[in-house]
Amino acid sequence: MEFSGVKRRKPWLIGDQRKASYPHSLQFYLQPPSENISLIEFENLAIDRLKLLKSVENLGVSYVKGTELYQSKLEAEIRRLKFSYRESLEDEYEPRRKDHISHFILRLAYCQSEDLRRWFIQQEMDLLRFRFSILPKDKIQSFLQDSHLHFEAISEEEKNLREQEIIASSTSLGGPKLELEYVYKIPFADALDLFRGRKVYLENGFAYVPLKDIVAIILNEFRAKLSKALALTARSLPAVQSDERLQPLLNHLSHSYIGQDYSIQGNAGKISLDQIDSLSTKSFPPCMRQLHKALRENHHLRHGGRMQYGLFLKGIGLTLEQALQFWKQEFIKGKMDPDKFDKGYSYNIRHSFGKEGKRTDYTPFSCLKIILTNPPSQGDYHGCPFRHSDPELLKQKLQSYKITPGGISQILDLVKGTHYQVACQKYFEMTHNKISQCGQMVFKEPNEKDALAPSGNVKRHIAAAQSQRSGMRPTLPITAQCRVVTTAFSASCLLKQYSRLSSSVQG
Amino acid sequence: MEPFDPAELPELLKLYYRRLFPYAQYYRWLNYGGVVKNYFQHREFSFTLKDDIYIRYQSFNNQSDLEKEMQKMNPYKIDIGAVYSHRPNQHNTVKLGAFQAQEKELVFDIDMTDYDDVRRCCSSADICSKCWTLMTMAIRIIDRALKEDFGFKHRLWVYSGRRGVHCWVCDESVRKLSSAVRSGIVEYLSLVKGGQDVKKKVHLSENVHPFVRKSISIIKKYFEGYALVGQDILENKESWDKILALVPENILSQDHFYVSLQYNEKGDHFNFQKHHSSLQRWEYLKKAASQCPSNIKNEKCGPWLEWEIMLQYCFPRLDINVSKGINHLLKSPFSVHPKTGRISVPIDLQKVDQFDPFAVPTISSICHELDAIFTSEAEKEENQAESDIKHRTRDYKKTSLAPYVKVFEQFLENLDKSRKGELLKKSDLQKDF
Repeated sequence: MEFSGVKRRKPWLIGDQRKASYPHSLQFYLQPPSENISLIEFENLAIDRLKLLKSVENLGVSYVKGTELYQSKLEAEIRRLKFSYRESLEDEYEPRRKDHISHFILRLAYCQSEDLRRWFIQQEMDLLRFRFSILPKDKIQSFLQDSHLHFEAISEEEKNLREQEIIASSTSLGGPKLELEYVYKIPFADALDLFRGRKVYLENGFAYVPLKDIVAIILNEFRAKLSKALALTARSLPAVQSDERLQPLLNHLSHSYIGQDYSIQGNAGKISLDQIDSLSTKSFPPCMRQLHKALRENHHLRHGGRMQYGLFLKGIGLTLEQALQFWKQEFIKGKMDPDKFDKGYSYNIRHSFGKEGKRTDYTPFSCLKIILTNPPSQGDYHGCPFRHSDPELLKQKLQSYKITPGGISQILDLVKGTHYQVACQKYFEMTHNKISQCGQMVFKEPNEKDALAPSGNVKRHIAAAQSQRSGMRPTLPITAQCRVVTTAFSASCLLKQYSRLSSSVQG
Repeated sequence: MEPFDPAELPELLKLYYRRLFPYAQYYRWLNYGGVVKNYFQHREFSFTLKDDIYIRYQSFNNQSDLEKEMQKMNPYKIDIGAVYSHRPNQHNTVKLGAFQAQEKELVFDIDMTDYDDVRRCCSSADICSKCWTLMTMAIRIIDRALKEDFGFKHRLWVYSGRRGVHCWVCDESVRKLSSAVRSGIVEYLSLVKGGQDVKKKVHLSENVHPFVRKSISIIKKYFEGYALVGQDILENKESWDKILALVPENILSQDHFYVSLQYNEKGDHFNFQKHHSSLQRWEYLKKAASQCPSNIKNEKCGPWLEWEIMLQYCFPRLDINVSKGINHLLKSPFSVHPKTGRISVPIDLQKVDQFDPFAVPTISSICHELDAIFTSEAEKEENQAESDIKHRTRDYKKTSLAPYVKVFEQFLENLDKSRKGELLKKSDLQKDF
């Protein structure tokens, strides 16, 4: 791909030729684009796709994937950003071209580290899954063929011969009627995840896979191919990065994928210890709220709780000195000997601030980490209440937090469906009277929940301003726009802040 | 049959490796037509010598090299490993990380010890004609699946020499399969799950996969003879309690269950004992298990419980570790079992029901047979060396080993035919005439 400094006229292809280059609304990105584009277009395409992938991520956390709500919101996003999604629309050349080129540009930005690659692959897969799910059934065959995937749909007669077997094997099939379903015959080794669990009918070395299950196989193929391609891209990256025009843009792109970075010291010193009690009930996520309550009541927390809560406090701006004072004061109330505290606990606090040992400045736990690792046992208060609490207890807790019965049942439903983070977000909405817009509010870490997370940091302002200039809304309008707590202390001021926050989010 | 004395092994093995081991056929197998360069030369063998000395990474240049080494070392046991990227006997000269296992047959090992919880006649390394049926059923079930479901064509079943059977799947594409796919195949073939602490090891869902259905029909053919008569699994309270332990609590607690079973649990087993045979009790149990309890929701009514019991008592139990590793070493066909003296012979699939592990020749018996022939023929031959060479190629044919080598040769014929077919196809595509 060559880049010219001068803005060129886009190549104008006549109708048929345009259609031929992009016969489908989706693709596997097997061939890199070969046209010339301007730098400005390069940048815009990349940013648009990044916005799209971030929306994919946000929607995936806010809504259950595959549900109507998810689908319609995602479709709206794709349409808004002018990417391709539907097969049947007429002049789809531009959106498809945009889709094609922007994907390859982002590969450059996201091939550099394991984390970046994982994120990129995950969102691209979700996007592909969505587009595939709305592909009309009769277009699927030609799409697969054009993508060089050797999945042939079997004929009606072949289907009839094996009807009983296929129905008995594939749990994804709804009723007993096979006529309306497409069934694909693929070599058994390509359907590993299906046949190992006996979820597909095998005959003579082939798996007879109904359409619903083929999607999983296709996505696996896609993931494998993309993973390989990213590895290859990383190897040829030095050559690309030596082009000065591209380097700053690529760097900016790859850094903006991570949400707000709570490891930066910039937060420090913006919160005072006497605020914590009120903050815990007003702004803390339930996991931290319960930890704080337990700490106050028992004057003690076990290791898991100290880690989870301690790092959170650091994330919202407690300095090391404040943290030491905070924990010591509380533990002493529990009749702990001050010397014992100094000996046994202060080292660990300093360690988590990066002042001891290998001096890693630990970041607060992400939601996933809290949900998936180190479940709490008897006497522990850490973990995620939505994940680890007994539903009855959770219900009581939510009632004590004055959540409406309607909200409580919504939350409990989400918990039942294991959508813990979405449940937490619902809790936030209930306690702050806000409706989320297009999944723009997503909590990936409890710190994001702390609505009063200070943003006095200059760097963050710049990032927020930049992203607003490029039209990309920051993931968390709250954190980008709220003011620092130290300037407002009384309860009424806080209330005013909340109403300002609500209106800013709606906007 | 001549009794086997392990102390005689060194002498017996000497004779076996000099006059009886079918080298030509063995090489023909592992060379696979010489289509791939160095395929045989890169194959790992391991030898267990006298006094348990174990040497790995043995490899050979050709058939005569193999013969010479085996005759020289006189291994008690021979294992076959993978085909590597380099000659295994030179693996120390290869750059670290470059020496990799690349291909190997897909293998299965079915061991009678794994069935100790469900066989009443023997335990541990012992086997008898009553429990051998477990192996017969295992071979039938697994072989059917390998052939009909997976499309594998070249499957060699071998008696392990003591308490089980092995299967070697030798199709060209199969030898290239990854470890993940091999694991997947074992998973597909597994139904009995759980160790000592798990009572009920088989759970069927409402949707019964064709593999399971077909396996059950095979078991049905043997169940009466094996389980109800041979093993007599409903013989007395102790044994039928084990079966009842597999009935879920919510069915067991239903009054009508006991009514159908004609079984009175309150110490008076009068009714169940009225019918003396396991056969009849099984009929009652089947009926009781398949009835629809009126007050239990969502409980499937039908033969599922009956099938689960049959499967737990008869379905094959595979060792996944043997199958999934490409570099895993497995006992070679025609190897001798050092404890029983039996030769690991191929099993004729056409006659699997008639296979009798106790009729398999031991090394002492075939050596004895050979001696007898030799003495009588040597009386006619003057030149010892000449008769040696002349005889070597036909010696095994004169012993009880012959029919088993024939089975092996049939297997090799099929491999050859397939190979020729593939080559023809390829040359047709390339328009090579």
